[in-house]
Formats: sequence, structure tokens, C-alpha cells
Amino acid sequence: MTRLGNRWSRLRSRRSPDIGVRRARLGVRELLAETLAGVMARPGRTVLTVLGTVLGVAALVATLGISKTAGNQIVQSFDALEATGVVVQPVVADVNGKQVAKVNLPWDVESRLQLNGVRSAGALADVKVANGAVVRRSQARDASGANEASLRTVAVSPGLLDAVRGKVLQGRWFDLGNVERGDRVVVLGAEAARRLGITRLDQRPAIFIGDEVFTVIGIIGELDREQDLENSVLMPYGIAAERFGAGAPTKVVIDTELGAAQLIASQAPIALAPNDPAGVRVGAPPSLSRARSGVETEVNSLFLILGLVTLVVGAIGIANVTLVTVLERVGEIGLRRALGAARRHIAYQFLMESAAMGLLGGVVGASLGIGVITAVSMSRQWTPVLDASIPLGAPVLGTVIGLIAGIYPALRAASMEPVEALRSGM
Amino acid sequence: MADVIRLREIDRRFPGDPPIEVLRGVELSVPEGDYVAIVGASGSGKSTLLNTLGLLDRPSRGSYELSGIETTSLSDGLRAAVRGSRIGFVFQSFHLMPHRTVEENVMLSELYNRRPRRARRERAEAMLDRVGLGHRRGADPRKLSGGERQRVAIARALMSEPALLLCDEPTGNLDSENTASVLDHFDALHASGITIVVITHDHNVAARAQQVVGMVDGRLVPA
Repeated sequence: MTRLGNRWSRLRSRRSPDIGVRRARLGVRELLAETLAGVMARPGRTVLTVLGTVLGVAALVATLGISKTAGNQIVQSFDALEATGVVVQPVVADVNGKQVAKVNLPWDVESRLQLNGVRSAGALADVKVANGAVVRRSQARDASGANEASLRTVAVSPGLLDAVRGKVLQGRWFDLGNVERGDRVVVLGAEAARRLGITRLDQRPAIFIGDEVFTVIGIIGELDREQDLENSVLMPYGIAAERFGAGAPTKVVIDTELGAAQLIASQAPIALAPNDPAGVRVGAPPSLSRARSGVETEVNSLFLILGLVTLVVGAIGIANVTLVTVLERVGEIGLRRALGAARRHIAYQFLMESAAMGLLGGVVGASLGIGVITAVSMSRQWTPVLDASIPLGAPVLGTVIGLIAGIYPALRAASMEPVEALRSGM
Repeated sequence: MADVIRLREIDRRFPGDPPIEVLRGVELSVPEGDYVAIVGASGSGKSTLLNTLGLLDRPSRGSYELSGIETTSLSDGLRAAVRGSRIGFVFQSFHLMPHRTVEENVMLSELYNRRPRRARRERAEAMLDRVGLGHRRGADPRKLSGGERQRVAIARALMSEPALLLCDEPTGNLDSENTASVLDHFDALHASGITIVVITHDHNVAARAQQVVGMVDGRLVPA
């Protein structure tokens, strides 16, 4: 560092006694013209020199673009899910400090929502269990808590499974008979079953919710909506009302045909609350855009590292070739010094040349990267997506890399003594 | 007439074991418009003297005034500025840049002297006309004969209207015909009032000068 510091201070030394001689100066236009001439003098070498930067920048641009494109693609499939989902909830009003629903939604949503465009519909309501949410596999309490879990208990209507696009993993789902008879049956979400240690249903396992015993008739999973239900105990709303006093549904989930969601969203309040359609609010399920950022982060971090490594290699390539170029052009450096160039002019020239090569690498690399993104998107029939800042930022990145790579060679060139440099010839 | 060059007790010592004394107490005055040849055998120190005169090298001791400017104490940057504005160089090996045209090579001079590009181009054309190469301004210097290359170098050296034209073995790489042509150009330049210092080991070249000085073991001696 000391040697570099000395070189800079020599470059910047400014003692200027009045001797009638104006300090040498190289205008920006002249510097740019000399840079262009220097870079274009050996086009083949320039191409090879910038290759490393081209690959590095292309890898970075392609990585960022492909992950963005892929993320967008996943979001598009989520969007399709969102576009077919309608959720109806009662408006909650504050009455004397208590949260009270303005309307009571009905449980028989399946029959009420036989509208054109509705594929399925289901209702649900949280069940308040008297002594907490603890669900056990046996009556006996194990001090270690090994056979119990704190689980949400939810009353559901039979249509809910289709409405949330879930699958029965084992056993079966409720039918209307279970509801009407008030059968003491439950269906477990896959995660709830795992936590309770229930893996098979052929023995007809039972669970205790509070002091009430229920037979587990099925396990469901792979829910596209309301994923929280995977960690819940689901029971028909009939028995939930009978044993736990469950009230009206707190949410109605509707799965619609693609493109029908807007229509259903306008019709559902009238179908569900004909007396007070304004007493319900209709909305889409919560956004899943977090999933997109998750996908991007994973894809990005891997390939970004690859791109950065390539860029470092590219920078070393530029530094290496620029250094060789400096050594080859010693005679030219000597001539320029004889013609009045100060050390800093020599440094500027070589810095500019390596920055220009970095810029070239950035531009070509960005173009190549965009080509890769387009090709990948075409092969997968995706819509290519890329932040505008990336193709614009890539040339800046290339230039910075070129500048950094050029510092050492430029200082080497500037520190050459004119006599020594001239002696080597052209 | 004022002296363009005034060297006083110039020593140049290169470090080593033992140190090598290349110039010893050199005293030289060259009046404006003079044409001086410095002759000496290889190793006599004449190249080091030329480097000193051209501000390419600093003497270890002594003073050097160029056109009245005491140069030994100047910063590196100012020495470069003086070099670019007051001295024209003609080298034995021409020092023309490949990949550049003849005109671009000539325009390279004055690049660092704040002269706009158009003015440099016009002057380069005039200088090339002066050395009889106006018709070759777009040529590749690698395709020129040795004599033509040296005339391009002379045109380049004249770009800044230098106070001093310094020539280091200017005919060393030329045949006799081209040598005569280059020397004719020096005569013409001398006649136009330019101060010329030629360093050579060739007595035929030295014979064309107005004043000849010999160099032996780092000292100037009458030729």
C-alpha cells in the first residue's frame, strides 16, 4: 500500500513555480479519442480480454432474469388460484366493547351457492373448547405431554374440502349424514395427525377434545387454500354446535371457475345474507407473493455466487492483459512522456482503456444475458421478466470492474522512467 | 544571442558498487539558432547527455537552464510540460506508433499541450508538407521507407515549434541516400533559425553541423 500511495502522491505532486510554462493537460475528448484508438488497435486481443467480463456479466444478468422469470411464473400459477378463490366473512362491529358479527352466515352454503360459476363452497368456524385447545390421544394425561398437542379445532361444512382444493390422504371426508346425525367424528389435517402420532386409520383411532371423544375417520392434506387447516382438527358443524356450542360460520370459502370470481364475489353476499348483503365482506385469500420472493432468493443466491466468481475471474483477466499490454507498450509510454505527457496522463490512459474494456464487457454481457433469458423463456413458454435496472446497471458494473482491474497496470505504466521506457523501442 | 542551452558542472552518477560516473563536470552553452553535433564513441556518455538535455533524466549535480528556465529543481509534471512545449525529439528508431496513420503520429505531439484537435490536425498537415510527406498523411507508418519514417518523426518534433530540436543518432538506421535527405532537412531547419543538437558517432553527420563537440569518458572535449 505504501508503494501504491507513493505512486499516487507522485502522480498528484503539484509544485508550480512561475516559469512561464503551462502545466501539461489532456482534455477529456483527447483522452477518449486516445482510449478508443488504444482499444481498437488490437481488436482481437480486446475481444479476448473482455471475454471474462462478458461471461461474468452475462451469468449475473441471466441469473437475475431467469429467477425473476421463474418466480413470476410461479406467481402466475398462484394468481390463477387467487383468481378462482372468493372468501366471504361477516363484517364485525364493535358493540359495547365486544366484537360482534353483523350477520350470521349460514352453514348450508353448498346448497345456497348453487350459482353458475361456483365449483364448490364450504364454511368453517373456529370451535372454542372449554379447557383450551389441547387434543389428546387418550383420556389419561401424560405428564410429559407426549400424547397431546395444542391444536385448533374447526367446525366445517362438507363442501369445504373441495373449496380449499384439499386431498384426502387417508380414510374419508365427512358427508352430510355425519353432519345431520351429529356423529362424533373428526378429520385431521396432515400436520395435526403427525403431531398426535396418528399414522394409520385402520384401527379407527380416537382422540379427546377436552373430555369429549371422537373417532378419526380421515386425514387430509395438500390444501391450496387455508393451509392452516392442515394443523387443525376438523369436525362436522352439527356435532360442533351440539357439544361445543359452535355458532355461525366465520368464513365461507368458494372455489369458482376461472374468470367467474368477480361475478361470484358480487352474487355471494346476496345468496349468503339476503337480508343484509352489506353485512358481509368479500375478498380474495391472502396473497402468496411471499412464495415468489422465496423462490427468487433460493435461485438467486446460488447463481449470483457463480456470476460473481466469474466476474472476479473476468476482472483478473482484464488486469492481467492490461498489465501485459503495459509491458508491451513501454516504448509508447516513453514516447508519450517525451512528447510532454505527465505521469498522471499515462495512468489516466491505461485506466480508461481498461474501463472501456469493462464497459464493452458489460454491454455485450448484458446483451448475452438477455439472450439467454429469452431463450430459456421461449423453451419453457414463459414470459421473460427482467428488472430494467439490470441491463442498465450491467455496463456500469463492467466499467467499475474495468477501472478496478486497471489500477495496478496504470500505476505501473505511470511509474516508468521515460529514459528506460524509450530505450525499449516501439 | 541568448543561450538556449546552458549546462553548468553537470554530473550524472548511477548507483552501483562502485557507482558509475557517466557525466563529469559537463559545461555547454548553445546559442539560439546554433547547430551543434556531439560526437563520441559508444559508452562515452553522449546518450546520457542527450537524456539530460531532453529532460528525460535528472543530473546528479549541476544546473541546466533551457531557454532561461532552471530545470533541475522542477517537479516531474513541469519537466514534462517543458519537454512537451520546448523540445522536439528525433530518435534513431523513429518511435512511430503502429496502428496509427502518419498524420495521427504527428498529431500525437501537442496532445498534452492544450491545443485543440482541429488545430493540431492543421499544423500536422503543414509540418508534413514541410518535410515533403503531405501526400502520405493517411499512410501506415510501417509501410514507409526508413527515410520517410524519420521525416515523419521530424514533422512530429516540429509540431510544438520547439526551442530545441534534439536528435539521437537520427541517421543510425538509414542508408546513405536517406541519410543525405534527412541531413538536408536539418540544414533547412537550421537555416530557418531552429536550434539543433545532434548526437552521433558518425563524423559525416557531425560535419554538417555548425559546431562539433567531442565526448570522451563523460567529459566534453573540443573535436
